[in-house]
Amino acid sequence: MNAILRHLIVLPIVVPLVTGAALFFLAEARRGARIALATLSVGIQLAVAAVLLYLTSDAAPYIWPEGVGAYAIGAWPAPFGIVLVVDRLSALMLTLGAIVALATLIYSIARWDRPGQPFHSLFQFLTMGLNGAFLTGDLFNLFVFFEILLAASYGLLLRGGGALRVKLALHYIAVNLGASFLFLIGVALIYGVAGTLNMADLAGRAAALEPDDRALLDAGAAILGIAFLIKAGCWPLNFWLPGSYSIALAPVAAAFAMMTKVGFYAVLRLGTLMQEYETLGAALFYIGLATLISGTAGMLAAKHLGRLVAYSLLVSMGILFASLGLRIEALTTPVLFYLIVSVLTTCTFFMLTGMTDRTRETDPPVSSEDWEQEGEPVYVAYGIKEPSVHHEGEDIGIVIPAAIAFLGMVFVSCVLLVSGVPPLPGFLAKFALLSTILHSAVSNGTATSTWVLCAAILVSGAASIIALSRIGMRLFWGIASRRTPRLRLLEATPVAALVLLCLGLSVAADPVTQYLEHAAYSLHQPDTYIRTVLSLDTRQKSGEQ
Amino acid sequence: MEIVYALAIGTLAGGGVWLLLRPRTFQVLMGLTLLSYATNLFIFGMGRLALHKPPIVDAVSGTVNPSLYADPVPQALVLTAIVIGFATTALFLVVLLALRGLTGTDHVDGRES
Repeated sequence: MNAILRHLIVLPIVVPLVTGAALFFLAEARRGARIALATLSVGIQLAVAAVLLYLTSDAAPYIWPEGVGAYAIGAWPAPFGIVLVVDRLSALMLTLGAIVALATLIYSIARWDRPGQPFHSLFQFLTMGLNGAFLTGDLFNLFVFFEILLAASYGLLLRGGGALRVKLALHYIAVNLGASFLFLIGVALIYGVAGTLNMADLAGRAAALEPDDRALLDAGAAILGIAFLIKAGCWPLNFWLPGSYSIALAPVAAAFAMMTKVGFYAVLRLGTLMQEYETLGAALFYIGLATLISGTAGMLAAKHLGRLVAYSLLVSMGILFASLGLRIEALTTPVLFYLIVSVLTTCTFFMLTGMTDRTRETDPPVSSEDWEQEGEPVYVAYGIKEPSVHHEGEDIGIVIPAAIAFLGMVFVSCVLLVSGVPPLPGFLAKFALLSTILHSAVSNGTATSTWVLCAAILVSGAASIIALSRIGMRLFWGIASRRTPRLRLLEATPVAALVLLCLGLSVAADPVTQYLEHAAYSLHQPDTYIRTVLSLDTRQKSGEQ
Repeated sequence: MEIVYALAIGTLAGGGVWLLLRPRTFQVLMGLTLLSYATNLFIFGMGRLALHKPPIVDAVSGTVNPSLYADPVPQALVLTAIVIGFATTALFLVVLLALRGLTGTDHVDGRES
């Protein structure tokens, strides 16, 4: 039984890989089978992630006594082969990713997955890249999973077509390709100095380096960090983000809510493992603060809800990085809590955007003719008529009543979540952040940076209320040119479920915080992680005998 | 040898960055390609440059002296990097052509000026 449970670690990567490949062979006309297969795969991922979450907690200490499990691919011993490692943080991110994936997949079934491009396969590969990035214990393998999720995201971003979308996708691809080259240079530099790519091994060797070599290693880590910050959307490397996220189709943008968090996860993982905080901390604080401020300004300036949500995503990234940059260990728990809340919020909000866009008739969402010209880009570019099996007017599922009331309720919930007003957990997350920051500021002597950050968080919350109520009034109370959209039950259910999940999060804040405290504790004690990975060889053999 | 190698990487990277910042999509594509060459050479160089050293250990020889062999890991890495870089650049080319077809111009913003 234990041997089987040990193999669970590899499932979040294998299941979407096999499903995504299998979906290519199912004819487009067999829509039911495709949907069933894709949903099954995401369901399995959620179940596996939940089991991993349980196994890494203290509730089940008999498999991984210290909450860290390692898996050697192909049974190659640790510093040479690629290892997958699950600890509390990974399990948490996996679960969060699976929840977001399940919600967006169900949402997309209602109307967004119409044929033309292999939506379901790309979606599976996106989840595979995300899961792999959270699980891997090898730097180069991290690069490969980043590329998998990016390649899938390129295809997903292009869905829907139109000149504007193709233009912004081109920018997105160019920026991310550039970032990937930086990633490679950083990885190569680190390998050239330390002679290893295994993160756990690297942490041990980095401490033993000569000062000259250490400078080179730090340079490599810094280049790597820039690549992560580009993916996480940090100022001044984030000008591509609002445009491309706001023109992506609603479920695609909702799924992308998890992607910026991969960059944050990588910084957090490598930062704690290599203990780079002393050198990177101050820089991270200012970068995060700048992101927070520019995101707030963007929110106030945004005219379209999609852009506003994209900027609110930037604000949340800014808060995360600035808090990380303060280098207060006690702050890790509230940071993780805020991360959960912000992922769920952004995902819900992007889905809502897809529904409210349909309430307008005369007021096109982004600009001019781009939204009417809804063909797949390649077909349009080459002048081929798009093969369409599924027609636009065709409705799937049950239409729910009181659509505007439902949209209004969800919108209000999202506003409460973004700005941090009780009873939703946005309040709890921001309150925990602020109280921890203030507490440490009082006990360690007041530093200016803590006050600046507190003020920035509060001001950005107030600004988000202003920006969102302005948009909300135009969306729901503006009498000119509005029509009631027809909402399918399939679209409404995941949105409502995510809002309820958020509500549940504030009710069950205590057990969640306890788990996060354990996660933060093991993050700041990287010895357990290193020991588990490097001693994997013998344990694997004894497990098989 | 190291100096020539470093100069080659520097020239490729410099040209790549310059082209990447140009306004035409094809120039951006060439810039990305040159940057990927520079990156791949850099990864390869991180395994230390050496002449007449095979990366694969002979099966027959008894004790292995690692100083007689080149480091095989960067070579494996560079192979993966080439494949991934090539694939994503090819995808970029498709998007480039689609944008050209949709807007009628090869400017990265889809319109002149």
